Amino acid sequence: MDSANWSDGPAPHFLAPAVTRSAKIVVAGAFGVGKTTFVGSVSEVTPLRMEEPITEASVGVDDLRGTPNKTTTTVAMDFGRIHLLGDRLVLYLFGTPGQTRFRPLWEGLTEGALGAVVLADTRDLDGCHEVLGLLEEQRTPYSVVINVFPDAPRYPLEELRQALALDPGTPLTECDARDGRSCVYALITLVEYLTTRHAPASLVEPRS
Amino acid sequence: MTGPRHDPDLIRPYVRTGGRVRPSRDVRLETVVIAASGGTETLAPDARRVMRLFGGGGRGGLAVADIAAALELPPSTVRILVSALMDSGHLTSPVPVEEGRPGLDLLQEVLRGLRELV
Ligand SMILES: Nc1nc2c(ncn2[C@@H]2O[C@H](COP(=O)(O)OP(=O)(O)O)[C@@H](O)[C@H]2O)c(=O)[nH]1
Ligand SMILES: [Mg+2]
Repeated sequence: MDSANWSDGPAPHFLAPAVTRSAKIVVAGAFGVGKTTFVGSVSEVTPLRMEEPITEASVGVDDLRGTPNKTTTTVAMDFGRIHLLGDRLVLYLFGTPGQTRFRPLWEGLTEGALGAVVLADTRDLDGCHEVLGLLEEQRTPYSVVINVFPDAPRYPLEELRQALALDPGTPLTECDARDGRSCVYALITLVEYLTTRHAPASLVEPRS
Repeated sequence: MTGPRHDPDLIRPYVRTGGRVRPSRDVRLETVVIAASGGTETLAPDARRVMRLFGGGGRGGLAVADIAAALELPPSTVRILVSALMDSGHLTSPVPVEEGRPGLDLLQEVLRGLRELV
């Protein structure tokens, strides 16, 4: 088992030497909602892919023995990155499917994340609830962004806010995941919200 | 040989990481590391692959996620490998580890950076 025989592929894109800080934002949402597209529109490198095998207990309704079977599923995560502030800071964006059954994976993903952009499609608003539930469980702050597909129905944002049972303060905007500028605005909206949420606490506990 | 038994994914994660099941320090997907010093002859194969990716250093940093993608290893495994390589001094992080929730200061920097883009 000599590792030298394992091909390691092309050389990776190294980060700028000036990088002294890194941050991460999660891009979550149901399958096909535009996560990979969003990450790719913002990223300065072609989105890269990681695969995490997770073991899950699968108990089928037809399993008369009642013993959970363990199956291994591989969950793919796309990510991209962008250098900011004259290369001093690098921001990573992780696109992740939002299923509850991938909870173990989510813990590693949301830990230390600034927050999450939850992409939604008006044709499948229910597809979002699971993601929102997971983020709330993990106390990861989020914004919701409707990725507008041409053939999807348009609703007033207030109606969507009610349908998704969002808190009054949670940002809800629209974007076109194919348009980098539109995605950057969506990220700005999220981070603005995160700073305002943070402000009261920082007055009580000034950081040295 | 490229039979299925040689597929690195079939080697259980704890074997790959020398028996460790969790990182010894706070290493996240976005933690940036650079090559420091130390011989790689005594390292286990996967740890050596990580070091080889840096090609002896001087080329810049990579985050844990970049390493996982380049080596096609599960990110949970790479977190453990990287933390062990930091413990042994092979890798170092130019980025101070920020524990817990991101601070206001980091949020403001990211916001400023994003606003510069539009
Ligand atoms: N019209 C339109 N199509 C989109 C948009 N975003 C994504 N798509 C398409 O929708 C499909 C699913 O997008 P993808 O990013 O792979 O979704 P993911 O499963 O959430 O990663 C792809 O074929 C995209 O090209 C959008 O904003 N508008
Ligand atoms: Mg995708």
